[in-house]
Amino acid sequence: MGVRGKVLGLTGDEAVAYAIKQVEPDVVAAYPITPQTIIVERISEYVANGEIKTEYIAVESEHSAMSACIGAAAVGARAFTATASAGLAFMWETLYIAASCRLPIVMAIVNRALSAPINIHCDHSDSMGARDSGWIQIYCENSQEAYDAAIQAWKIAEHPDVLLPVMFCLDGFVLSHTLENVHTLPDEDVKEFIGERKFVKVRSHEGREVPFVLDPENPITIGPLDLYDFYFEHKRQQVEAMKNAKKVIVDVGREYGKISGREYGLLEPYKLESAEVAIVGLGSTMGTAKVVVDKLREKGRKVGLLKIRAFRPFPYEEVIKELEHVEVIGVLDRSLSFGAQGGPLFLEIRSAFYDFERRPLISNYVYGLGGRDMPPDLIMQIFDDLEKIKEKGRVDVLLKFIGLRE
Amino acid sequence: MTERLPGWRDIPIGGVAFKPSEEYKTGDWRVFRPVLNKEKCNRCYLCHFYCPEGAIKVLDTGDIEIDYDYCKGCLICVNECPRGALESVQE
Amino acid sequence: MSGEKLSLKDLARKRDLLAPGHRLCAGCGAAIVARLVMKATRGPTIVACATGCLEVATTIFPYTAWRVPWIHSAFENVASTASGIEAGLKALKRAGKLKYDHVDVIAFGGDGATYDIGFQAISGAFERGHDILYVLYDNEAYMNTGIQRSGGTPKYASTTTSPAGKVIPGKLELKKPISHIMVAHRIPYVATASPAYPLDLMRKVRRGLEVEGPAFIHILAPCPRGWRFDPRYTIEMARLAVQTCVFPLWEAENGKYKLTGVSRSIARNPKMKKPVEEYLKRQGRFRHLFTPENRHLVDEIQKIVDEEWNWLLKMCQLS
Repeated sequence: MGVRGKVLGLTGDEAVAYAIKQVEPDVVAAYPITPQTIIVERISEYVANGEIKTEYIAVESEHSAMSACIGAAAVGARAFTATASAGLAFMWETLYIAASCRLPIVMAIVNRALSAPINIHCDHSDSMGARDSGWIQIYCENSQEAYDAAIQAWKIAEHPDVLLPVMFCLDGFVLSHTLENVHTLPDEDVKEFIGERKFVKVRSHEGREVPFVLDPENPITIGPLDLYDFYFEHKRQQVEAMKNAKKVIVDVGREYGKISGREYGLLEPYKLESAEVAIVGLGSTMGTAKVVVDKLREKGRKVGLLKIRAFRPFPYEEVIKELEHVEVIGVLDRSLSFGAQGGPLFLEIRSAFYDFERRPLISNYVYGLGGRDMPPDLIMQIFDDLEKIKEKGRVDVLLKFIGLRE
Repeated sequence: MTERLPGWRDIPIGGVAFKPSEEYKTGDWRVFRPVLNKEKCNRCYLCHFYCPEGAIKVLDTGDIEIDYDYCKGCLICVNECPRGALESVQE
Repeated sequence: MSGEKLSLKDLARKRDLLAPGHRLCAGCGAAIVARLVMKATRGPTIVACATGCLEVATTIFPYTAWRVPWIHSAFENVASTASGIEAGLKALKRAGKLKYDHVDVIAFGGDGATYDIGFQAISGAFERGHDILYVLYDNEAYMNTGIQRSGGTPKYASTTTSPAGKVIPGKLELKKPISHIMVAHRIPYVATASPAYPLDLMRKVRRGLEVEGPAFIHILAPCPRGWRFDPRYTIEMARLAVQTCVFPLWEAENGKYKLTGVSRSIARNPKMKKPVEEYLKRQGRFRHLFTPENRHLVDEIQKIVDEEWNWLLKMCQLS
């Protein structure tokens, strides 16, 4: 396939910054936090060198970053921000506000553990903490996926059936600071792909259908007070938008495949055909796990993996379709939900299979918290464990910690 | 409320408000109403500026008119009128 | 004062951009402030509002009283939201996508949103120099949630979280000198205003919109409910506050202080200055000061007011 564009050596952060440069959003409002700092530094450089005309707001906190994005998006501008860990936690209330106000903001999350104790390394506790906020959540396996997500996110967010903000996540340090080959598209292709931002019509208080944007010619009020008579209905609208997002993510991923040669969807099965045991997970660890699966397959073991790309909206039906023939599923979680039976991904997978006629054995493996490394041999251990479970025919310990010193 | 409220499909997205506040008549909050004595009024328009509701309108003729649909009866206008042209009357 | 010469007669004819039918209390000072501020707008305007009395009572879904584009996001971030709006407009204009030559951005915040929870956002927005007008409508407590004390509550006022009790006579801390802090941010325009003097207020609002860069206007918004006085006296309270120099009227262009209106007259003719007691005795929130044991506190308040007034006079002389 004759695909244009150059291959650049970029770290994950640099890849995101480069994609954003090509998108050239109207406003970037961001606050630095390890390991996202390279993104905002690169973008600042592009602006300072006049390479892009983006308005860069060096906000004084992440809460203000998302607030500024809300203001900018409401007035019709394309707004981008990036954060991690405590920064995402700080903007927690504004995440809900951005989603409820149906503003198509795009944000990069460079996954990092939450305090305390303060830790700058990778785990998914930050973005998992936002899973109920109404944002679309996409997890990236490598810098290439991060670059591609940074472009697709706009088309997904701004789709008239969706109009929800999108966060795409890349693992802190593992991806953000590691150099990889990234196939980039030409600038024009990116601009053509995302096009211009369009506005749906809403009924305003003047009794007319006007564009959903703050415009003195057609004034609208955004962010009113809801009493118990309307709040529920407003939330139901968001549920519908999330439902619609599933198809849009697939459609946009297919369109993107046409111009880049890389097609994306809600999830990515890997060597699941005739797999008897499989692992499911998010992010860069799935990249490592693919290598393990290859090795085991060479040895004749019937193993496979399912990488979840879109965590919100969660692809329940697609997960069942991919895993229905698998006997034992090991769900890998790089975050905890203290007090729950298992990690967030485990709870989703388990819930997906509840209504299915055959319930595979599902086991949860929490790993990698605070940047604890997950090398291939530990992933191998998980596959060994899954096979033991298959032999036993039951799961004795629902939640195991991999890589923890007892 | 006897009238059925709209469902989630029938209201604008994003919480956009779709009715002007003028449809909500706050005039029934009143216990006292201000009444204008046109002869005493010197058209300083302070009442127009001091009214929290904007219920005191300045007409094209230059006259003052009180919109009792919205007047909440706070009586600031009565208290402030330099000519005593406004009087408070119980509803 | 500089700025367009507005007249009450002309402004009275101008269509109100805050419509009636809102649910603010009868006699609400904030309603008067908001109406007057919107009267002084000059062209296409976008308003951002912080959570508080003004925001809540004017936009009870599905109704809205705002005849301009309006957004509320959260309590502590109106300055950041307004920054985003301003930057968004700037970027759109640069890209040739804005149909207006200029759009004014106004951020409304109560004393809760400004003195306390939203302080960081304002300080950041002002340091970055966004071209916005921030209007502080100061009713001197968190009124919307039930009259709790704020950084803007004056000393010895009784609020629900600084009640006048048997041992403690109300709030023991001074009112934060918010406008002077804003002057220290070196923004082009800072002013104080009172709804009792509408022309002075509207001229200052217009000036704030005209300057390029951040502008801050601190407007006193007496609250009949929270300050405990009959609603018909709202404007009287707003007037007494100025006449007693509890709330002097001034403006500072690029840090140069200048008194305006009645405050300027009092500076020239100090006999005009009314004793602070005339202001305090009219409000239920200070009622506990008028007992024999607490009388000396009234004197203390007078001393505080005098000291701050003299400081302001000096700043005007130095400017």
